[in-house]
Amino acid sequence: MKRHPLYGLMAEFNTTDDLLKAAERTYAEGYRRMDAFTPFPVEGLAEAIGFHKTRVPLICLIGGLTGCSGGFFLQWWPNVIGYPLNIGGKPFNSWPAFIPITFELTILCAGIFTVLGMLALNGLPTPYHPVFNAPRFELATRNKFFLCIMARDSKFDAQKTREFLQSLNPREVSDVEA
Amino acid sequence: MNAAETPLTGIENLGKPALVVGVVSLVLCVLLGLRNSTQFFHSYLLAFVFFVGLSVGSCEVLMIHYLIGGTWGFPLRRPLEAGVRTFYLMAVLLLPILFRLPTIYSWADPAKVHADPVLQYKHFYLNVPFFVVRNVIYFTAWLLLAYFILKWSRLQDETGEPELTHRLQALSAPGLLIFGLTITFACVDWVMSLEPTFFSTIYGMIFMVTEALAGMSLATVAIVLLARRNKFSGLVTPKVLGDYGNLLLTFTMLWAYLSFSQYLIIWAGNLRDEIPWYVVRVEGSWNYVAQVLIVFHFAVPFVLLLMRFVKRRAASLGWLAVGLVVVSFVDIYWLTVPAFEPARPQFHLTDLFAIVGIGGLWLWQFASQLKGRSELPLQDPRLKEILQQV
Repeated sequence: MKRHPLYGLMAEFNTTDDLLKAAERTYAEGYRRMDAFTPFPVEGLAEAIGFHKTRVPLICLIGGLTGCSGGFFLQWWPNVIGYPLNIGGKPFNSWPAFIPITFELTILCAGIFTVLGMLALNGLPTPYHPVFNAPRFELATRNKFFLCIMARDSKFDAQKTREFLQSLNPREVSDVEA
Repeated sequence: MNAAETPLTGIENLGKPALVVGVVSLVLCVLLGLRNSTQFFHSYLLAFVFFVGLSVGSCEVLMIHYLIGGTWGFPLRRPLEAGVRTFYLMAVLLLPILFRLPTIYSWADPAKVHADPVLQYKHFYLNVPFFVVRNVIYFTAWLLLAYFILKWSRLQDETGEPELTHRLQALSAPGLLIFGLTITFACVDWVMSLEPTFFSTIYGMIFMVTEALAGMSLATVAIVLLARRNKFSGLVTPKVLGDYGNLLLTFTMLWAYLSFSQYLIIWAGNLRDEIPWYVVRVEGSWNYVAQVLIVFHFAVPFVLLLMRFVKRRAASLGWLAVGLVVVSFVDIYWLTVPAFEPARPQFHLTDLFAIVGIGGLWLWQFASQLKGRSELPLQDPRLKEILQQV
């Protein structure tokens, strides 16, 4: 894939309302590859930039099921097949006794899968990311709100997109080098 | 005073039919009971325990909301208060049980106590006068709490005094403690002592949670129905419905956790005092009831309540809550009735009439408390803050 010299265009906004309106306009305009950066979670922003679903819940479910069946098998096999022992006259497959460990392993595996799946999907840790080339971007952790349209977007045009972003009432629009 | 205070609509035609159905059913139940008074009191106790559980559950959730706040609780305030109001009715409905204890409980029957050394040993606690005293204590505590909760809430609606919110908060903290103690003792008295050899320390917690689940489910059903006709200032959003779903999920999981803990310990110990209680409940036809509880009181609601599209939609959440009220009843049935019918569950017409009868009266009290109230407690300073942000 050809590497674009430009990562995208970054617009800086003063308020969450400006950012939300801009994000909605951008999405309505047909842009899809964009991201927003804010110092705190903004209600409705994820929906505004068209971010609906992640696969983390599915990964969590797979982890939970793995832990559940694995944990049960880990106790069932030795007690019933491998080394069956008569303990207190109880049946070999004494499933009530297996539940606590099955439960614990369900939670453990679901938790581990969720964290690792989250890291795998969001690409962390990322030592280099182009958005930090944008001027004043460090204010995204303090009191400014940023919207970035990526150059990868099929509708992206350095000139037209810049004009479009300018029309959204930003404080400033700047190039983000790749 | 405040033009924005719109009264609840859609419940005008609920109270009177419920009262009529309730009274007719209770009369039929009593008529059947003239032929078989033992069966009448068994059915009556079952229905009483279930519906007093709904009152208790409503009060628990209401006090939890007074303590911790949150947007979710304000639309629920009226249905929960209506549930609290039914304590007055339940206090009256307790009286027939108190007058006929020997019909229901073996420890209250001198002949049976004389024949059983265990009952003689437990006689210092399980005896008629002390049982009555304890029940008077429970209901005194509950009625006092109900009285002040309802009085101060109404007073705040009328005067707009913000201080009353703090007073209700200050009442709710000790109130929940008192509830924890009284419910534990009450369910030991009403249900556990049906089988006086059985004992379990987690029993009261299981009751508390199943009652909170039933109360919360009923309030959820009420809010889903009321939100069709009432606006609730736009507070009943998918997010708030999701909160109700999450609370129901919490209670469902807690119920499963506590019930299984009790089962695991008693099953592993396999001791003569405790195990018969479970042997009766998981053998023969009672086994099917136990399986229904595992599947429909835990597995199915657990999976459904994990899904956002189920708990964020009013219709699906409402139906799920209806199902949870029903399985809460099955739970109470499974805890209570095997003491009377160890062989298998049997259908009795008196069961049906007692449930419809007490349920009708309960619903009548519930509806008459809702009638004419504003849909939201608009004078609560915490709600004012939330409405300013919207």
